Amino acid sequence: MTLDREHLEYPQRHYGMDHDRYEWSLLSERTNISWPGNKPLALWVNVCLQFYPLNQKGIPFAVPGGMTMPYPDLRHFTLRDYGNRVGIYRLLRALDQCGVRASFAINSALVERIPQLLRTITSRGDEILGHGVHMDALHYGGQEEAEERELVAGCLQTLRDASGQAVTGWLSPARNESERTPELLVEHGVEYFCDWVNDDMPYPFHTSNGELWAMPLSSELEDRFVLMDNLHSEQSWLEQVSDACDYLLDEAQRSGSGRILALNLHPWLLGQPHRIGKLEEALAYIAAKDGVWSAPPREILAAFNRQHP
Amino acid sequence: MQEDPGYYDYWPWQGRPRITWPGGARIAFWVAPNIEFYELNPPANPHRKAWPQPHPAIAGYSIRDYGNRVGHVRQMEVLDRYGIRGSISLSTALCDHHPEIIRMCVERDWEFFSHGIYNTRYTYGMSETQEREMILDSMATIEKHTGKKCAGFLAPALSHSDHTIDLFAEAGGVYTCDLFHDDQPTPIRVRNGQRFVSVPYSLEMNDTIAYVVNKVEPRRYGQMLKDNFDRLYQEGADSGTVMCIPTHNYQVSCPHRLKAFEEALEYITGHSDVWVTTGLEIAEYYLAHHYDAAVADIAQQQERPRQ
Repeated sequence: MTLDREHLEYPQRHYGMDHDRYEWSLLSERTNISWPGNKPLALWVNVCLQFYPLNQKGIPFAVPGGMTMPYPDLRHFTLRDYGNRVGIYRLLRALDQCGVRASFAINSALVERIPQLLRTITSRGDEILGHGVHMDALHYGGQEEAEERELVAGCLQTLRDASGQAVTGWLSPARNESERTPELLVEHGVEYFCDWVNDDMPYPFHTSNGELWAMPLSSELEDRFVLMDNLHSEQSWLEQVSDACDYLLDEAQRSGSGRILALNLHPWLLGQPHRIGKLEEALAYIAAKDGVWSAPPREILAAFNRQHP
Repeated sequence: MQEDPGYYDYWPWQGRPRITWPGGARIAFWVAPNIEFYELNPPANPHRKAWPQPHPAIAGYSIRDYGNRVGHVRQMEVLDRYGIRGSISLSTALCDHHPEIIRMCVERDWEFFSHGIYNTRYTYGMSETQEREMILDSMATIEKHTGKKCAGFLAPALSHSDHTIDLFAEAGGVYTCDLFHDDQPTPIRVRNGQRFVSVPYSLEMNDTIAYVVNKVEPRRYGQMLKDNFDRLYQEGADSGTVMCIPTHNYQVSCPHRLKAFEEALEYITGHSDVWVTTGLEIAEYYLAHHYDAAVADIAQQQERPRQ
């Protein structure tokens, strides 16, 4: 039994990363950042508004949260739809109660299917992010470039036309990308994306079409991961969010540099009657802290950029 | 393939020669931070995939990178607060990629042991010669970058062969973390007959096993650590025990998990008669004071059924 020689060769074994997308950097060694009003902690809540097609193709994999039963999987289709009909309105009320200004990552297919939902969001003045065409239109390694370009261009065009916003942020469906997703995003006017979760702060991400900002949107704290993947209780999700808030506030104060608490939420999960109360408690807990600045990602990035020319 | 790896004989928990630890401690407590490097695009091992989805596997890669960029310093600060020196299970290529992390740990006199070159390179399918080359490379890298010899081994991504432990012992290794059969160090039989031991490195207390495999809630993980300690501390009054917390800087160091971890460390180190130590110090003390008695007792117990 022997492996090919390449298994004992390490061409990328050198200083820094094993790719050229971004520089290696310890968070603890970076320049201090301060947020408006000298608040130590920026709160970024992102809400995902998603369409999961009944006729899911699952290329190259079945999207987490999508259909799992033989066709027609009415239970998952309607449970996801519940989020857009009922759950989102509970989330909006919860956000408003605590004065939290969230961003909304939207599948463009949802805008075409139910334009009134997008109007509700944009009439509030809330920032929207591109979230791909729908949850079964994944970006993936080995995908045809023309096919992926159409997904990026089509999504952004629909959202920009319908919202009147520039739409400069992006979250890929299932956070999945091809090798060239970052290039295509820059090509279509995206300035920051949220798929990579390797930091708690924004950092520059290199593409052959110019710079992009990575705005890490924590996946380990998101409701889908905690409640659906890990099957933790709603109470535990609340505790995890509270503990993260306390820790980041404390670290910001000790280090003298602002931090970001990023929460990614799904109305089809937290919008359920037995869960919404925990979101309300979590937001109330955070909002009651003195040192918290709630802002959408574009504003957080702008504040960051003013200190990082 | 064999039915039993043959590293040790059955040896009941009751009735063993008494283990004592330095200063009369009841329990030897060590924390083993895994500091790992996962490659974004490793060569595909024919027996195990590194990533579940097609390249680039951003989800898995980026959270592990979070551990090095963000998590390591957090965990180090917590360990500093409780006077704990980490015993690092190291993907040794990290010495080249992130020497800043290595320097911080050297300054603190932490121990480094080998966890292979990369955690995306598996032992599966390697010839004995190839595996020896990988082990020697990893040990030499640790010595070159830290000035200290590598004494311990945990196979990369827990990928083993029938030769892994023998090869590490022959390369000058002192102890293995790969076996989970006991709450005390035990003699390990290796093919060249040298003195060699297993130091308990708990899989049950491993944060990745708890969080990723068993999907434990963070505060429950903190409680599990305290409960594990309580029992080992209690039994340590009769004969010394070992408690290990193996960690990963992309798991335990996330902001929503640090509080539970820190509370457990505060609880454990708040007790008297706890020897807060490293893997190698446990192995050396055991070899010097208890190994021979253990070997003799085990041999005697094996003879009984034949009488």
